[in-house]
Amino acid sequence: MDFVNAIVLLLNYIFIPALAYGSQLALGAIFVTLIYGILRFANFATGDMMSFGTMFTILFTWYLQSYGISLGFLPTALLALPLAIIFMIGYMLLIDKFVFKYYRTNKSPPVQLAMVSIGVMFVTQAVVRIIIGPSDQRFFDGEKFLIKAGEFKEITGLNEGLAIKSTQVITIIVTLILVSTLFWFLNKTKTGKSMKAYSDNEDLALLSGIDPKKIVMITWFIAGILATIGGTLYGLDKSFKPFTYFNNMLPIFAAAIVGGIGNPFGAFLGGYVIAFSEILLTYAYRKFFMYVLPESLEPDGLVQLLSTDYKFAVSFSILVIVLLYRPSGIFKGKVL
Amino acid sequence: MRKNLNVIAAYSIMMGLIILVGIFQSWNIALSIFNLCLISAVMTMGANIQWGYAGLINFGIMGYTALGGLAAVLISVNPVQEAWSVGGSNILFSLFFIVGMVLAVRYVLKKYKKSKTRTYIIASIIILGIIIIRFVSEPGIEAIEEVDPAKTGFLGGLGLPIIFSWLVGAFFAGGLAFIIGKVALGLRADYLAIATLLISEIVIAIIKHEDWLTRGVKNVIGLKRPAPYEVNLQQTDWFINLVEKFNSGKLSLISDFTERQAALNQFVIEGSSVFVKLCYSGLFLVVVIILLIFTQKALYSPWGRMMRAIRDNEEAANAMGKNVVKQHLLIFVLGSAIVGIAGAMLVTQDGLFTPGSYRPMRYTFLIWVMVIVGGSGNNFGAILGGFAVWFLWIESAPIGLYLVNLTTAGLDDTHFLKVHLIESVPYFRFLMMGIGLLLIMRYRPKGILPEKIEIK
Repeated sequence: MDFVNAIVLLLNYIFIPALAYGSQLALGAIFVTLIYGILRFANFATGDMMSFGTMFTILFTWYLQSYGISLGFLPTALLALPLAIIFMIGYMLLIDKFVFKYYRTNKSPPVQLAMVSIGVMFVTQAVVRIIIGPSDQRFFDGEKFLIKAGEFKEITGLNEGLAIKSTQVITIIVTLILVSTLFWFLNKTKTGKSMKAYSDNEDLALLSGIDPKKIVMITWFIAGILATIGGTLYGLDKSFKPFTYFNNMLPIFAAAIVGGIGNPFGAFLGGYVIAFSEILLTYAYRKFFMYVLPESLEPDGLVQLLSTDYKFAVSFSILVIVLLYRPSGIFKGKVL
Repeated sequence: MRKNLNVIAAYSIMMGLIILVGIFQSWNIALSIFNLCLISAVMTMGANIQWGYAGLINFGIMGYTALGGLAAVLISVNPVQEAWSVGGSNILFSLFFIVGMVLAVRYVLKKYKKSKTRTYIIASIIILGIIIIRFVSEPGIEAIEEVDPAKTGFLGGLGLPIIFSWLVGAFFAGGLAFIIGKVALGLRADYLAIATLLISEIVIAIIKHEDWLTRGVKNVIGLKRPAPYEVNLQQTDWFINLVEKFNSGKLSLISDFTERQAALNQFVIEGSSVFVKLCYSGLFLVVVIILLIFTQKALYSPWGRMMRAIRDNEEAANAMGKNVVKQHLLIFVLGSAIVGIAGAMLVTQDGLFTPGSYRPMRYTFLIWVMVIVGGSGNNFGAILGGFAVWFLWIESAPIGLYLVNLTTAGLDDTHFLKVHLIESVPYFRFLMMGIGLLLIMRYRPKGILPEKIEIK
């Protein structure tokens, strides 16, 4: 019985939260990696683009709520998502037309494009803060828990409760659907394959008649979808605050590089690697050992490897180690 | 003279703007803008050495600034004897273990060839070392943090004059840059950017949460000053006489004695804070001028030529027998050290150290905007960028307010759009910075004062 309790404890505090957080990071990381692979620059505006998409979702959610439209036990934000995605894609194409296109046609070095993306970051951040303000916004409605800790205890008779938030389940399901569609698109359709070809070797792709304009446009389409959904899921699960989104850029970058930049599947797994290591290394295992070990061996302290203050530092250290030993990432992306 | 006309013109416009602020707002504001402009100028000089001279991209500026600030605390605060006696030995032992660990790793790296076993040995040394260090340091840290947590709760510093910290800050930042450079300089440019950005976040995380060293988010306040205190100034005779002399024209207009005395008092209070700020300006100006002389000399020396050669064509420079890796590391350390000086100057001027305030927007990206806007590779350009961008950063709120009022003039004062816009005026600075950066990068990619290399 103690053993089952220990497992439930780990599920509740480590596995499920890490899976949800990892999915949110993974979507962001695929976004970074696609932009890097096809448009060939490190996009420093990642976090702010995600907050921009989320802002649209929130605005539409409020709009729908004001008309009394809701999805029952599901959050209304899911209904607002498609509209937000359309606006987000529009914004991205606008930025591309007025900012990035010039440098792409001039074949500027990637560093210059990265600098330009910093300019975009400033502007996007300003627009988000001017429109919706810098403070916390909660836009979640519907059923909060799928299983409550108390109910779980009653049903199973265990000491440990297992609480599953509906946002966590939604996050995981939406991520799975989105990512599998994306991989199907990249690997099986003609457009997807031409995107991969363009990412591998631009000149060769142009020679074989692939239209770069179309590739770039589709990349921004996918990027807009990923950024909006990733941002919205994060906002539903935690809460929406522009500054947190800006900070999330850092673990997202770490995930993309750990997985191998330019490799979407690597980025997907990288998100989970970062999320799990962050939570595994900063969790206090005291209760777990109390269940597993006999009483005489019970630990005194918290049995915490690192204090939770260092959550971000963990992912960055992993990144540094990966850069040192395997600069192309765990799953062989482009060599840096 | 004619060649430098644009430099002179740009600087006179900048000074003119600051003087206008002095006339229309107040000299206090103008001087505080001027001081922060000088500090920003030091930071941009550091970033400019790395980016403009050598083409190294460093997004870790925030980390070096914070380390410089830490140096100011560790140098100037008086040591907390009690904390040293309860936990000092544990901390010293841990330091000793860290050194031992590093030496052991180095020994293994040198002695054995690259293999899987070597990696495992190194990993086990590090893990074992961390466990030992945690066991040794934990009781010490707890004891230190319990010593009067409301006031101290940390080890304190050396109790030396704070001005020394400017040099020590440079050493701290340079040391960190040496480690980062060893690790990350081989990476491609945009990855170096990400790696340095993340490493600087780690540095901030450590400074924020190691309370025994820095007091963390509890902040260190009331640091020593290199300049006199306003309160003392207001009671010294020579200062009051000086203020009287300065304002004699205005004072003589007031006939009533008590009224004149009150006016004089007001002038003394205002004058004292202006005087303190002027003291800082003088100190900062000295630093900026010294650095400018050095960087200008370096730019036109054979070494500067070599750096530009490496920047423009690494392979060719390598083929000519220049040690690219070594030079990159050197310039990375030098540039970061300069940023470290700026970090110490900043804390000196504020008189307090607030680890929570170090954010990448303000301390990394804004500095980069300054370098790019001013003109990378040109020291005068970088300094001008520091001045212009900081000036805009501060003055964008009034400008934004003016623009909002202008565009919404037709609306009622309580109209929700107008209220909302006026509330969000502080964020117009981000908008201005972003648009400014984008415009400069598009239409004047070399900055306001572009790099100009003349053979002397």
